[in-house]
Amino acid sequence: MIRQGFVEKNLRILFPLPAVIFVVILMVFPVGYTFFLSFTDWTLTSGRPLQVVALKSYLQVLKEPRFVQALGRTFYFTFAAVLVEMVLGTALALVLHRNFVGKGLMKTLLLLPLVATPVAIGIVFNLFYDPTIGILNYTLSVLGLPQSGWVSDAATVMPSLIIVDIWQWTPMITIIVLAGLAGLSSEPYESAMVDGANSRQVLVRITLPMLMPTILTAVILRAIDALKTYDIIYSMTRGGPGYASENLNVLAFKYSFEYFRMGQSAVMLVFLFIIVMAFSLLVMRLRRIFEL
Amino acid sequence: MNKKILTATLFYLAIVLIIIPILFPFVWMLMSSFKTQVDIISWPPRFVFTPVMRNYDRVFVEQDFLHYMKNSIIVSVVAVMCSLALGLPAAYSIARYKQKKLSVFILVARLMPGISFLMPWYIVFSRMRLMDSYIALILSHMLIALPLVVWVMSPYFDAVPRELEEAGMVDGLTQQSAFLKILLPLSGPGVVTATTLSFIFSWNNFMFSQVLSQQKTRTLPIAVYNFLSYVEVDWGAVMAAAVVIMAPAIVLTMFFQKYVIKGLTTGAVKG
Repeated sequence: MIRQGFVEKNLRILFPLPAVIFVVILMVFPVGYTFFLSFTDWTLTSGRPLQVVALKSYLQVLKEPRFVQALGRTFYFTFAAVLVEMVLGTALALVLHRNFVGKGLMKTLLLLPLVATPVAIGIVFNLFYDPTIGILNYTLSVLGLPQSGWVSDAATVMPSLIIVDIWQWTPMITIIVLAGLAGLSSEPYESAMVDGANSRQVLVRITLPMLMPTILTAVILRAIDALKTYDIIYSMTRGGPGYASENLNVLAFKYSFEYFRMGQSAVMLVFLFIIVMAFSLLVMRLRRIFEL
Repeated sequence: MNKKILTATLFYLAIVLIIIPILFPFVWMLMSSFKTQVDIISWPPRFVFTPVMRNYDRVFVEQDFLHYMKNSIIVSVVAVMCSLALGLPAAYSIARYKQKKLSVFILVARLMPGISFLMPWYIVFSRMRLMDSYIALILSHMLIALPLVVWVMSPYFDAVPRELEEAGMVDGLTQQSAFLKILLPLSGPGVVTATTLSFIFSWNNFMFSQVLSQQKTRTLPIAVYNFLSYVEVDWGAVMAAAVVIMAPAIVLTMFFQKYVIKGLTTGAVKG
């Protein structure tokens, strides 16, 4: 018999306990408080004490056109960006999945956009997008194409922001799919060779189906982050011109820290929270299905 | 044979076409950081110019970027170290006792929108007079780093054979000292992965620092952003600031490429 001390006997509780307490205090309580605030009409600057108003703040928010538009934009941004990233990222991975001189260097280059500070990236793209001095309008003019207002024009601001997201996050999909490709078993390929399948058949019938779980997980994780996009949008446009590029996160930020309408901001946060959680449940469900 | 050469040529051509858009923003940023304002706003854009150091002088001498850099380093380093202290034992416990629910609970913090806790933090930290304090910033950044540590480390610990610890325990070690003295030293690569990733994400964080820090504890991303609020944007200085802020994350990534990839692909790829 080995004698066990107190710590050893309760290791499974004591070891995770500090982390759990930390997450409860810094995440669970605050989220609960946000839910509570969503049922109040609290405005920090009014000086009035907070009043519980049931669903009044919800009604106000749902009637606010800025909110409805921001909600639609959140989905539009996520859908457009992630769709392109999925197709482009997978295609890049298929091109790069072979041995070649400089593959290690290539992988490092792919990582650079992922680790670059989003705010700084936003500023660099603002320089590209600048209508009068930007290199993009210069390129368009050299090609004889009409110039664009990019982020300064309400009509083009969303696609311009989506391009930045695509630039920054396509490599993420590529890296994950490359890792997935490296882990595929070779047996199906061998039998396909024996059967004389051509390379397109192999891609469509074998590679892509086997990669599906990896691609899906990567895409949903990416979508969860895209739904919460803040840094790029705020640093490039602050949600403008006008309100033309506000998504939920940016709008809720303004309601909280510029207008100090905590009650209504909390309502928006509840919506954002529910959307993100729905996607998260999806990713967990998928992980269970594919036993990842 | 000719066909082989042709395929190889086409392949490397494709590689170049992939590399150019990835690298161009970095190259342009670096070039612009050495340009005068006249060179930056010239039309057509200039690829050849006389480099000047003026922008870096402005960033470090006039704007006191060293102060913001110090803040960024303090916040990121302390947040990562505390997250390792909390996260490593938690990850170990999750791996050894298959605590699925616990792991989901901590990982939810990685998925949740940060702003849904930022607003309550703002209220509570202002009441506690902790606005513009390192402690509030570090706590907020720990919520970025801790889930990453658990996310990366629990599969890692899971893969280390149990026999190694058990051998140590037969020799009279307690389980906790077997964890500290046997398992942790063996987990160097995993810890490097977790540390690098969580450092980079904390270093790049904008929103938390934007709300919780003011002049005293302001971190680099906010300092760069504030550059833009001047009437006429001094592009050269802003680009120099962008170079300064991105350099550490990029250097880390180059050094630890394999670890960063491992960390980013954990959880999405089997094995």
